[in-house]
Amino acid sequence: MADFSPDAEATPNVSEVEVVDAATEDEAVDAIEAPVERGEPILQVRNLVKHFPLTQGILIKRQIGAVKAVDGISFDLYQGETLGIVGESGCGKSTVAKLLMTLETATAGEVFYKGQDITRLSGRALRAVRRNIQMVFQDPYTSLNPRMTVGDIIGEPFEIHPEVAPKGDRRRKVQELLDVVGLNPEYINRYPHQFSGGQRQRIGIARGLALNPEIIICDEPVSALDVSVQAQVINLMEGLQDEFNLSYIFIAHDLSIVRHISDRVGVMYLGKMAEIGTDTEIYDHPTHPYTQALLSAVPVPDPESREGRERIILTGDVPSPANPPSGCRFRTRCWKAEDRCAKEIPLLAIPERFAGSDSPAAHESACHFAEEKDVVHA
Amino acid sequence: MTITDMPANVPGPRSGEDNGGKLLDVRDLHVEFHTRDGVAKAVNGVNYSVDAGETLAVLGESGSGKSVTAQAIMGILDMPPGKIPQGEIIFRGQDMLKMSSEERRKIRGNKIAMIFQDALSALNPVLSVGYQLGEMFRVHEGLSKKEAKAKAVELMDRVRIPAAKERVSDYPHQFSGGMRQRIMIAMALALEPDLIIADEPTTALDVTVQAQVMELLAELQREYNMGLILITHDLGVVADVADKIAVMYAGRIVETAPVHELYKRPAHPYTKGLLDSIPRLDQKGQGLFAIKGLPPNLLKIPSGCAFNPRCPMAQDECRSEIPALHQVTERDGAELAGRASACHFWKETIHG
Repeated sequence: MADFSPDAEATPNVSEVEVVDAATEDEAVDAIEAPVERGEPILQVRNLVKHFPLTQGILIKRQIGAVKAVDGISFDLYQGETLGIVGESGCGKSTVAKLLMTLETATAGEVFYKGQDITRLSGRALRAVRRNIQMVFQDPYTSLNPRMTVGDIIGEPFEIHPEVAPKGDRRRKVQELLDVVGLNPEYINRYPHQFSGGQRQRIGIARGLALNPEIIICDEPVSALDVSVQAQVINLMEGLQDEFNLSYIFIAHDLSIVRHISDRVGVMYLGKMAEIGTDTEIYDHPTHPYTQALLSAVPVPDPESREGRERIILTGDVPSPANPPSGCRFRTRCWKAEDRCAKEIPLLAIPERFAGSDSPAAHESACHFAEEKDVVHA
Repeated sequence: MTITDMPANVPGPRSGEDNGGKLLDVRDLHVEFHTRDGVAKAVNGVNYSVDAGETLAVLGESGSGKSVTAQAIMGILDMPPGKIPQGEIIFRGQDMLKMSSEERRKIRGNKIAMIFQDALSALNPVLSVGYQLGEMFRVHEGLSKKEAKAKAVELMDRVRIPAAKERVSDYPHQFSGGMRQRIMIAMALALEPDLIIADEPTTALDVTVQAQVMELLAELQREYNMGLILITHDLGVVADVADKIAVMYAGRIVETAPVHELYKRPAHPYTKGLLDSIPRLDQKGQGLFAIKGLPPNLLKIPSGCAFNPRCPMAQDECRSEIPALHQVTERDGAELAGRASACHFWKETIHG
């Protein structure tokens, strides 16, 4: 498989990784337990690739191709920040979440957590990492076991990591967690079906918090909730971030919510990062055509703007990740596409025309013809 | 076409094609479900109307009764356990609730059609889309199989499905989400109905595809001068396409208003709370306003105003008396056309 590591130089602008060489398991665990200063990178993803094989035949399976769900993405997550990841369904954002959780094994690439490559860890060191990276799932109706009580659901992580809460202490700890997420601690013996969607998502968040993690990966945490309840859960998550000094990776397709909660935002398209920057850079000064199209398609809750606003309506659907277009992956739907786009893969870098300028348009964008265009305020 | 008499309390929107009456007029509709745990009152006296060429958006959270109202209009409510104890659904001057099932069958699909939320589960997976589209023509117009198929291709072209001729024999799973939703729209359009009810037509779609589908729907509506009832919980989609809005909560309409007015000056605390609780794309706000509490259980709707346990303005009056849908006026008493609010304190809400 020669095409696994796509372009070593694809992301020249990410920070240097300080790799920690841990000879023994104890050293590795120590490095993982070490605190990280606020504003320092806590998670560094480098050229991460995940291909799912497509096979043919029943007895003798031949690989006839691969679904390139994630195809070489790199980004940093800093301590205490929220990184939003947006993109259409099928762009690979949930696969990224699974890779960071080490629920899937990466085909190639590295994920450094405090300098340790978690794709190569095992044993106690891997367990320590998993304790520190937790997840909140999308659908609070299916991610909670209906046969377990709330107390068992939130307390289950303690079975695997008994060092966090000794046995006699667990019930009290679970009740504390219920209180933290705004549920009545007396509900500890109830079952999930006795709760509403918003309350269930609070249970999911409490489970994520149980092991005092440093990073929480939220995969569409509010998209299954009613509008009036979404704001409650978002406010809760913001409060918890300040209280426990958490770093969030916030995956969602609702661009308004991502802007609200994120410090930085990455836009994904077909397994690649199209553009990444601070929320102002992405929303007010987008330079990648895909980001511009995505932003202009969002319905704005203000009828005054509906006549004046320019809408970029993309034609067609996202191409199949099993057979992505050559060169720039967005070129089949892009209005700026030229011959060069079919041949050269655009690098995720600060576009040359903005290099050295301190305008907000100078952020990483993977487009040959990157150009600033404000589509949100127009 | 007969002319309906206009109810005095509902202000008249712009008139229909040639008959001064409304295309569809729902009056005091009640729907309840009899379950083992008691009677769930899903719809408690809903009034709304749509004209030809007009888009009414029905906004509400899950359990607010917006979809049940639509199902009652279509006549596809499961009865039992559903029951319509009172109310009228007047379509072109005739009360559909008094019609025989045979008469309603003639209206359904032919005059009033519906677009469902989840196209994958609304389409039959074992029949080709061409067959399912053609079914409309075979059943309602008695066309032959061959003619129906030709019509199906035409329809698929109409909703801009590329290579319609080759794809007419494909099955639903072979289409993408956006294309499936287009097939749903094509099916609803097949017999050029007067009214289309779209129940969350774009909720399952990505924003880029959502924009395509909504634009298509708006264009077809203009072309055929259809009435459209758009059921949704997305305040953004509503702002984009609606002419007027009815906000529902716990089976009642709590506010009606023309689209521009509603966003500028909501006259009900629930609407106001909803508008304040959505994050904005064009600016980064501080904290979000959150409506406290949860939507009510329909088996035990709070007494008085159903919103009172969550309302920041609630007084004793709100806990005991159900507020009527008041006509909303300016400070000086001038009536605001098309605006009504079911709140005891609508004056305080709109005028501060």
